[in-house]
Amino acid sequence: MRCGIAGIGLIGPGLAGWAAGRTVLAGEVPWEPAPVALPPPAALPPTERRRTSPSVRLALAAAAEAAAGSGLAPDGLETVFASSNGDGAVVGSILEALTAPDGAISPTQFHNSVHNAAAGYWGIAMGSTRASVSLGGHDDSFATGLVQAVANVVARGVPVLFCAYDAPLTAPLDAKRPTEAPFAAALVLVPSGGVSLSVEMAVGAEETPAGAWEGLARGNPAARSLPLLRALARREAARIGLGLADGGAVVVEVGA
Amino acid sequence: MSPMLPPLALAARSTVSAMGTGAAATREALHARRGGLAPCDLPGMPEGIWVGRVPGLEAVALPEALSRYVCRNNRLAEMALRTDGFAEAVAAAADRYGPQRVAVVLGTSTSGIAETEEAYARRGADGALPAEFDFTHTHDLHALPRYVRARLGLSGPAVSISTACTSGARSFLEAQVMIAAGLCDAAVVGGVDTLCRMTLHGFRALELLSKAACRPCAADRDGISIGEAGALVLLVRAEDAAPGTVALLGAGASADGHHMSSPHPEGLGAVAAMRAALAAAGEGPVDYVNMHGTGTRANDAMEGNALRALFGEGVPCSSTKGWSGHTLGASGALEAVIAAICVEDGLVPGCLGVETPDPEFGVDVAVGNRAAPVRRVLSNSFGFGGSNLALVIGRA
Repeated sequence: MRCGIAGIGLIGPGLAGWAAGRTVLAGEVPWEPAPVALPPPAALPPTERRRTSPSVRLALAAAAEAAAGSGLAPDGLETVFASSNGDGAVVGSILEALTAPDGAISPTQFHNSVHNAAAGYWGIAMGSTRASVSLGGHDDSFATGLVQAVANVVARGVPVLFCAYDAPLTAPLDAKRPTEAPFAAALVLVPSGGVSLSVEMAVGAEETPAGAWEGLARGNPAARSLPLLRALARREAARIGLGLADGGAVVVEVGA
Repeated sequence: MSPMLPPLALAARSTVSAMGTGAAATREALHARRGGLAPCDLPGMPEGIWVGRVPGLEAVALPEALSRYVCRNNRLAEMALRTDGFAEAVAAAADRYGPQRVAVVLGTSTSGIAETEEAYARRGADGALPAEFDFTHTHDLHALPRYVRARLGLSGPAVSISTACTSGARSFLEAQVMIAAGLCDAAVVGGVDTLCRMTLHGFRALELLSKAACRPCAADRDGISIGEAGALVLLVRAEDAAPGTVALLGAGASADGHHMSSPHPEGLGAVAAMRAALAAAGEGPVDYVNMHGTGTRANDAMEGNALRALFGEGVPCSSTKGWSGHTLGASGALEAVIAAICVEDGLVPGCLGVETPDPEFGVDVAVGNRAAPVRRVLSNSFGFGGSNLALVIGRA
C-alpha cells in the first residue's frame, strides 16, 4: 500500500512538537527528556475544554499539529485514532468509584471513558463531521493503526489523519500495564503527493531499533513510531520493521 | 469521488444474545415476538432495572491453552464461535485463502473490564491488584480479536475497534476497506460486549436506564435496557459465496462534531451516515430501517427526525432492542445479522412492547410484525463521541 505523508505531529518527553522535536530526532539538538506539557485544546469551547483529560489533550495536540502542517483543512480530514490505554485516568477513577457500595459514578466521566473520546473532542474542536474510527491494539497499536489508516487512504482515495497516542494509567492499574510517559505521533496521509510511504504486512521483520529513544519506544506503544519519525526528521529513506505481539510484522518504507 | 468498496457476502454468521443462541432461536424469537429482557439479577448492579443477559455464560470454558484469556467477554466470544458452525466455516475459509489472508476485526466497548472491576474489589492492604489478574488478556481491547484469532488458528491482521455503540457496525466497514486494499481475502467481523458494572452504573448516572423492558419509539419510552451479545460474521467477496447469499452492500460513517453524549438534535450526523451508506450501496430500494432505537427520549427523537428527513413515511422503521436490549459495541453486528434474517424471511419486525409510537417522529414505525418483501435493510448505529455508522444489508 502506497500513499504520502503531508503533515506530522509529535509530542513526548523532550519532544515538544514536531517543529522542535524534528531537530532533536535529526541529531541537530541534544535530547533532554523533560516532563510533557499538555495544553488544553484552544479550539474547544471553554466548557468542553475543562472536561478534557491529559490523554485527550495529548491526542489533540499531535493531531492539530499534523493537520496544520499538512495545509489541509482539519475539518475535511477523516481520522484514525489508535491507543492501547485510551483514557486510563478516567477509567481508573470510575473503577475506584465502583468499589463503593452504591457504585455511583460521574456521568461526565462515564461519557469521557469511551475509547473514542479523543475522536469525539477532535470533531467538536474542529467542527468536523468526517468519519472517524478509534482502535486499540495493545503493544501493536501504532503498527495496526497505521496499516488501517493507510488502507483507508488507498481503498477510498481520501486523506486521513492518523494519530497514535498513549498516556500512563493510574495506580493500581499502572502496575499491570506500565506506560513510561505520555507520547503521541500524528501523520496526515494523502493519496498522492507528500513524502512517499509504503506499508505492508509481512510474515516477519527485524525490529528497527530507536537508538537513544529505545527506552521510550519500549515504554509507550505510540512511541514505537520513533524509528519512522527519526527517518522523517533526517529526511532519509528507511525501511522499518515493526514486529507484532502474536507473530507477523508490519514493514514501513519511507522515501527521502 | 471515492472508489467503490466491494460488496461482501455474510458467508457465515453467529449470534448469541438474550434473544437466544444461534440463528434458529433468534429467528424464532423475532417471529414469535418473544423478547429476552428480564429484571437484572446480577450482583452490584443498579436497583430496579431490566437487562438482556445471556444464560449459562459463566459456565463456558475456554480451551486450556488460551486460559489466560478467561473473562466474561471472551466466554461470550467462545460461545459465539461454537454456534451455528461458525468456527468450522472460518476453518474452511482459512483452507481456501490461507490463514494469513483471514483478518479478525472486532468491536467492543468494554472488552473484559468486568475482570478488572472484580480485581479492584480484591485489592490487597497495599492497594495492589491481585497477582493473578491478567489485564492484557482480559480488560485490554485487543484481548478480544487476539483471543478469536488464536482460537481460530488465523494469522491475518487483528484489529480492535472501539467507537462506543458503533464498534460492531464499524468492523464491517473496516473489513471492506481491508479487502479492497488487498490486506486480506476474508474477515471475521462483529462485536462482543458483556454486562459490567461500569456500563450499567454509567448509564444510571446519565439517568438513561428504563425501569422495565425498554420500549424504543414508544410515545412513553423511558430509557435503555442494557444487554450483552456476541455477534460474529465471516465476510468474503460476494463472488466467493453461494449465489443469493445476503451481503453487506454499503457502509457509511460520519461524526456529529456536536457533543460527547447528546446526539445532534436534528440528526445531521445520522443523516450523513445514512446517505453515505446508501450512496455506497448504489441504486436499490430500502424496504426496512432497523433503527439504532435505544429507547431514550433524545436518541430516538433525533433518529426519528433524521429518518423523516430521508424517507418521510415511505419506509417502515423499527428497533429490535426491545428483544435484545442495547448490546452496545455488539449491537451493530447483532442487528446486521437480524437484518439478514429480515431479508431472508421477508420480515419487518415491529417494535416490541410498544402500543403507541411517538407521533412526533412522522415516520412509519412498525409496532407489529409485517410480512413483506425486504430487498434491502438500512441498519443504524450511533454512539457516544458523536460516532455514526449505517450499513445497507441485502442481496447483491
